[in-house]
Amino acid sequence: MLTYVIRRLLLVPLLLFGVTILIFIMQKFLDPVERAALYVRGDPKANQIEAAITKYCLDCPIPVQYLNWMVGKVDSTTGEREGGILFGNFGWSKTGSQPVASLIARRFPNTLDLTIWAVGPVILVGIWLGVQAAVHHNGFIDQAARVFSIVGTSFPTFVFGLLMLMFFYANLGWFPPGRLSDEFNIVVSSDQFHRYTTLLTFDALLNGRGDIFLDALRHMFLPILTLSYISWATFLRVTRSSMLETLRQEYVTTARAKGLPERDVIYKHAQPNAMLPVVTLAGFSVVGLLAGVIITETVFDYPGIGSAAAQASAQLDVITVLGFALFNGLILIVANLIVDVLYAFVDPRVRLS
Amino acid sequence: MTQVTPTGNNELLGEAVARRKIGRVERFLGPDNYRVLQGLFKTPASIAGSLLILFFVIIALAAPVLAPPVTPNEPYKIPRDGFKSQPREIGAKWTKNVPDIPFWYKAVTGNEKWVHLFGTAQGQYDIYYGVIWGTRTAFKTGLIVVISTVLLGVLVGAVSAYYGGLVDNILMRIVDVLLVLPSLMATLILAAVLTPVIGRSTLPVMISLIAFGWLGYARVIRGDILSVKERDYVLAARVIGNKDSRILFRHIIPNAVFPTLVLASLAIGDVVLSFAALSFLGIGVDVGYADWGQVLAFARNWITSLDDYWYIIAFPGIALVLYVMGFNLLGDALRDVLDPRMRGKT
Repeated sequence: MLTYVIRRLLLVPLLLFGVTILIFIMQKFLDPVERAALYVRGDPKANQIEAAITKYCLDCPIPVQYLNWMVGKVDSTTGEREGGILFGNFGWSKTGSQPVASLIARRFPNTLDLTIWAVGPVILVGIWLGVQAAVHHNGFIDQAARVFSIVGTSFPTFVFGLLMLMFFYANLGWFPPGRLSDEFNIVVSSDQFHRYTTLLTFDALLNGRGDIFLDALRHMFLPILTLSYISWATFLRVTRSSMLETLRQEYVTTARAKGLPERDVIYKHAQPNAMLPVVTLAGFSVVGLLAGVIITETVFDYPGIGSAAAQASAQLDVITVLGFALFNGLILIVANLIVDVLYAFVDPRVRLS
Repeated sequence: MTQVTPTGNNELLGEAVARRKIGRVERFLGPDNYRVLQGLFKTPASIAGSLLILFFVIIALAAPVLAPPVTPNEPYKIPRDGFKSQPREIGAKWTKNVPDIPFWYKAVTGNEKWVHLFGTAQGQYDIYYGVIWGTRTAFKTGLIVVISTVLLGVLVGAVSAYYGGLVDNILMRIVDVLLVLPSLMATLILAAVLTPVIGRSTLPVMISLIAFGWLGYARVIRGDILSVKERDYVLAARVIGNKDSRILFRHIIPNAVFPTLVLASLAIGDVVLSFAALSFLGIGVDVGYADWGQVLAFARNWITSLDDYWYIIAFPGIALVLYVMGFNLLGDALRDVLDPRMRGKT
């Protein structure tokens, strides 16, 4: 186990290095004038850019540039560090009119909030559907689940999202897009509302504002439904095939032969063993939710990091997009590490291979 | 692929095997690959998938007849009937920029003059044209991206598996790094970076889809080749003194890639989905380019009144869903055929 974890940990610096190189190469597509935006705040004036190019060595040899880009430079007069993505300076966001890092800090809690509420329905319902389909193999539930899984994987997120908005917002007016209703936005941005966790739903509860909590959930309902719907198809398929295979194992026959009730056979003997591939999928789908909510957030106008990244790239604000990419890369490297190690705990075959 | 030969004195079976007719196609592809081809037309689901794809192929081929381009040099530009922002309903009269009337028009629609068959979107872009020519865009982008990704993936995977050692290690670590970002995010970033450099067209998104699309194929092919590499005929080829490149391209790759090729050709659906998603987000092609995602994006500004303007979502949405579903249905059937555990059961 320990050797597996160590081997896996050794991969992390390599991946980090690789991802920074990747992003660095991408930003090399920009000319030096645009890259100066990493260091110049706000709308730069012409001479400021020239100064930044010479000061930060934006036309130096590439290894020097990479180093500068990573750790930045300490100003000799003021002693302040300028630039340097390792220190969280991702540059100035034109579309957000603020440093990219603070834009991420403001947007990320919203995405995290959405992810936390979406995980339950996404994973549990998907697994339940898959188990039911396998238990009633070739029965009505199985056929229905099969049709659903094919329709589900063919239905693009944004088409589904737009349809949901058409029915539940434009037609019925139940679930509006956005983050909060206007009247609550004022409350939330006022001083009386303490941001304990920065996660809106939890803050609302901690402040004792049930109405704000419910309003936030109302705005998150359609995004959660969209995210779940897309994942259900995948979970269903994986759980179903894994469960079908497990039900064919000899120990299941043994359990049946010794007279256990069918319920125990399925839920106590078969299901736990069928969950192995599902566990990996669940891990990756949580990670995927964190990073891949670009379209869902955009459709529902939800102010998370996904919609910010989409907006920035639609307006060709490359510095901001690359900042988001770096942040996402870091999150994913750590999250994948956690998933892999957890998986090794669950399945001894992984750590022994 | 092991050949099962009857053992013992089993004359009847031997005779049956000898008498079985083997068609030209089967002889050309070999029994295993032929079985895969058969899988395309076996179950109702796979037949439905094939028919859906055929339907779209016909629409794409007949696009100039179904929707004669107003500006023949730029057929992919959706014609505009004026510039008003308010979308107009199905059957609204077409006043400006009217296209030629094709021969089938009067008989099918019963109208003397062009109307907006599927309505117009914001900016008076005709949705019918967007859907019809969008089919061509879908095949064009899908085919180019899939062919390029497969070629790249097969090449990298093959080199990696065949040479092994340091080459394998370096190539696979590059794949690991590129796989860190989720594919949509990665594609989005690269497309955003490339667009200012090469301008707004289908190119930036296609290049990005290719750049991050080959990774999976490289891994799969690498695995397949690792097993084919140990076959006796590869050893034989080496013994008689063939060059590495000849062994790789003449002996190993042809024997390892067929399943990947089939699955890859069905990935066109996924590619088109990603492409549409990106143009929905406003990345890649210009506003008004005939692409389903682009037309769907017009609905974003009219969310509060979508129940009136349902046709902006409905037509391109149905086209996209059916297109992707066609490929998914086929893919589903084929995955069953290709699954080694299912072998011998079909």
